[in-house]
Amino acid sequence: MEFKNPEQEIEGFQHRLAFAGGFVLLAFFLLFARLFWLQVFQHEYYRTRAEDNRISLVPILPNRGLILDRNGVVMARNYSAYTLEITPSRAGNLEAAIDGLAQVIEIQPKDRKRFRKLLDESKNFESLPIRTRLSDAEVAKFIAHRYRFPGVDIKARLFRQYPYNESASHLLGYIGRINDNDLDRIEEKDAEPNYRGTEHFGKTGLELKYEFDLHGQTGFEKVEIDAGGRAVRVLSRIPPVTGNNLTLTVDAKLQQIAEQAFGDRRGALVAIEPATGGILALVSMPGYDPNLFVDGIDPQNWDGLNNSPDKPMVNRALNGAYPPGSTFKPYMALAALEIGKRTAQQTIFDPGSYSFGGHVFRDDKKGGHGTVDMYKSIVQSCDTYYYMLSNDMGIDNIANFMRKFGFGQKTGVDIEGESEGVLPSQEWKKKHFKKPEQQRWYAGETISIGIGQGYNSYTPIQLAQAIATLANDGVMFRPHIVKYITDTRTGKALPIETQPLRTISLKPQHLETIKQALIGVNKEGTGARAFAGAEYVSAGKTGTAQVYSLKGEKYSEGHVAERMRDHALFIAFAPADQPKIALAVLVENGGFGAQAAAPIARQVLDYYLLGKQPKSAAPADSAEPEED
Amino acid sequence: MQLRTLWQKLAAPIDPPLMTMSLILLGFALLVVSSASAERLGAQFFNMLIALLVMRVTAQISPQKLMYFALPVFVGGLLLLVAVALFGDVSKGARRWLNLGFMRIQPSEIMKIAMPLMLAWYFQRHETYLRLREYVVAALILLLPVGLIAKQPDLGTAILVLAAGFYVIFLAGLSWKVLAGLVVSAVAMAPLAWSMMRDYQKSRILTLLDPEADPLGKGFHIIQSTIAIGSGGILGKGWGQGTQAQLEFIPERHTDFIFAVLSEEFGLIGSTLLLILYALLIGRGMMIAANAPTLFTRLLAGSITLIFFTYAFVNMGMVSGILPVVGIPLPFVSYGGTSLTTLFLGIGILMSIHKHRMLVQK
Repeated sequence: MEFKNPEQEIEGFQHRLAFAGGFVLLAFFLLFARLFWLQVFQHEYYRTRAEDNRISLVPILPNRGLILDRNGVVMARNYSAYTLEITPSRAGNLEAAIDGLAQVIEIQPKDRKRFRKLLDESKNFESLPIRTRLSDAEVAKFIAHRYRFPGVDIKARLFRQYPYNESASHLLGYIGRINDNDLDRIEEKDAEPNYRGTEHFGKTGLELKYEFDLHGQTGFEKVEIDAGGRAVRVLSRIPPVTGNNLTLTVDAKLQQIAEQAFGDRRGALVAIEPATGGILALVSMPGYDPNLFVDGIDPQNWDGLNNSPDKPMVNRALNGAYPPGSTFKPYMALAALEIGKRTAQQTIFDPGSYSFGGHVFRDDKKGGHGTVDMYKSIVQSCDTYYYMLSNDMGIDNIANFMRKFGFGQKTGVDIEGESEGVLPSQEWKKKHFKKPEQQRWYAGETISIGIGQGYNSYTPIQLAQAIATLANDGVMFRPHIVKYITDTRTGKALPIETQPLRTISLKPQHLETIKQALIGVNKEGTGARAFAGAEYVSAGKTGTAQVYSLKGEKYSEGHVAERMRDHALFIAFAPADQPKIALAVLVENGGFGAQAAAPIARQVLDYYLLGKQPKSAAPADSAEPEED
Repeated sequence: MQLRTLWQKLAAPIDPPLMTMSLILLGFALLVVSSASAERLGAQFFNMLIALLVMRVTAQISPQKLMYFALPVFVGGLLLLVAVALFGDVSKGARRWLNLGFMRIQPSEIMKIAMPLMLAWYFQRHETYLRLREYVVAALILLLPVGLIAKQPDLGTAILVLAAGFYVIFLAGLSWKVLAGLVVSAVAMAPLAWSMMRDYQKSRILTLLDPEADPLGKGFHIIQSTIAIGSGGILGKGWGQGTQAQLEFIPERHTDFIFAVLSEEFGLIGSTLLLILYALLIGRGMMIAANAPTLFTRLLAGSITLIFFTYAFVNMGMVSGILPVVGIPLPFVSYGGTSLTTLFLGIGILMSIHKHRMLVQK
């Protein structure tokens, strides 16, 4: 057993204590060094990070620009509506909160579905709508129960509204929630900062084409936020700038008159002001209600629109390509005059058919039209005259002339989704077909080209552009819907498309010959019945395009299923000497052009030139079949 | 005159340097708590009064009397820890509390003082023949409650109790050879300890190594407190002006992370001042230990003083990102009555040892 000396023991203890004291000093020095490093050397870096932490830029959405017709009538506007919104970071258990809300305000499963989708796509501190368009009663009811729902608020938001509903739907288009496709477009334009907080994007029509004009400048609020993302106070604010307004060349009333004239038939109408190329009306029937899309279309409506055999979502005026039928003849005649293959006075004899290469091409009139000059060939729409003319001109002469009028090319109108159509030529056939024997052009194929059949296929807007160009003596414009864009900040208007695209050189006497013939159509020819008693002089041409190929049989409307019936066409301009309006009408499976399409044109012209309202929406359909 | 004698009686066992440093720390604490969580200021002031009362009462008790308490307090604390392990309430995934019906107590807190008391008493009893056997017994006395606390799990308290006991053993003269052996074997055992750790404990260590790996999850605490400290700079952002603190980016800003609030608002000046105050307090404690008359008082005073250091160092180390996050408050400053009371119990013991040093010698 060892006894320790107390002195020694105390000394030993004090050594240990001194050692511990040294350790304490070392540790505190280490701490000090760490603090010095953070607070002196790294201060700038952490100061910036603290600033980034506390400051958040909250976007303030601009009002979307309005769309106005040529007379200032509002066709697309914004309205403020109450929405019920949840800020997920403050609401606690979301499912429980929504269940609780559902006891106060009606919340449908589709609202929940939409909310969940939004939640997946959003950042946590955004407030997201669970219900839109609350009624005043619902707002009052919620406010009484508000204390039960932290993080749930009523907010006033702007919604897009199309006051004319189905009218002009294909032209205006609609907006919908931004998707990946839209994000690509935004990225392409480097517009991401301006789209922070934006929920909607133009999907079709003008809303898409002029999206970046309509959107406006997003404003920002510099907000101090806490760790939970709650705004504590506003530090500074840059106000948003309202989007630019679009003023259209379209006349909203004319548009409606034209749409009503179609009744429940399918088809398209494009009316153009020949002197400017401005589109006065652009109709595709049937239409749809763009308001359905604004805050997410429900599956039921979506399926209804997409599965309808009438295809209401297709813009027939731009996207549909149809054989022009006899509306092609005036251009054929003009080409013949210009190339010198015919004179106006030159006549042919029409026995009722034309034989070529062992094939008989029939004329619609049994027994034929007898002796036919150019005027009569147009006014009575004599097929045999054009069978012969086609053969005399050859396919490439036809194609080269027609190309100048814009046939078979996109017009470049300011909405998307245009088809090219088909302007047949040797070259086209070579490109379009794969097998060598199909790539060859056969002379027999040229014959029916002259009456607007065969491979011919054009969009209604191409037909309208062509007749407008003819009416304007060959001065051609790019058809356009927007007249000018108004900067809402400066009030300055930026006009669109003031210069003609090109001028087709045409001899005035040739133009005069064709115009006189077209006037004759509405006076004493196939359009005479539709234009009986008109208080202005108009020029027109009827057309009927075959859908169903008849193999030498006589076409009989009653025996062919509705969808197999011919398409009815009509092109026109008026007044004939100083054209203010030119148009092309197409009625799908409408039968004869004179019967189905011309009366629609009459109503449109009557309203536009005289301000006359039609007596009944649907034109009489009882007229006897006429020569076309 | 009567008032004066009352004051003299009241102040008699008080050690002025310790008292001064403690009061400055408490004043600093009130300043920071009122910025971090103004609504708790009153409650904390009340906590401080209780703690000071405990200190005053303790300072009155002579070390000889404290020795009588050592064994019963330790055994009682140990039994309570066993009771916690068997019947304790679970809160936030840990079994730390014992519900006595009228109040809930955390027995591990008792161990912070009971452990050095017990070990100092044990070494005093075997003063004349301290050999390896005694150290082994001491180690067992230490490891049993530490194991129970670590199992709750309460890593912070376990570390403090372990440290408190270790300081007694170290100061009692455990040979350097054994110490070196312990360090070597601790390093060797590290992988085993790692495998025994709970997931949240592992993740705290990983987070320390790379907090940015999970900035919104486990790294959030460390990142935000580091930003707060760094953004404070030399002079600080001013009282009540710390954006990290006021906008609630600092987690638990009135308790374990209050040092971040202090550093953000008072800068390097403030944090250095705090370090100096702790250093002075510890220095005074060491002086008391060095002059203590018996082995028991020496060991007890030394251990308690070093416990203050451990509190301060571990807390500031974790908040400034050089130590893993464990639940240890900043001594004297963090909001909360329990740890404050324990700390002032320690201050009271130091005062008692100092006041009674002459009595024993006589």
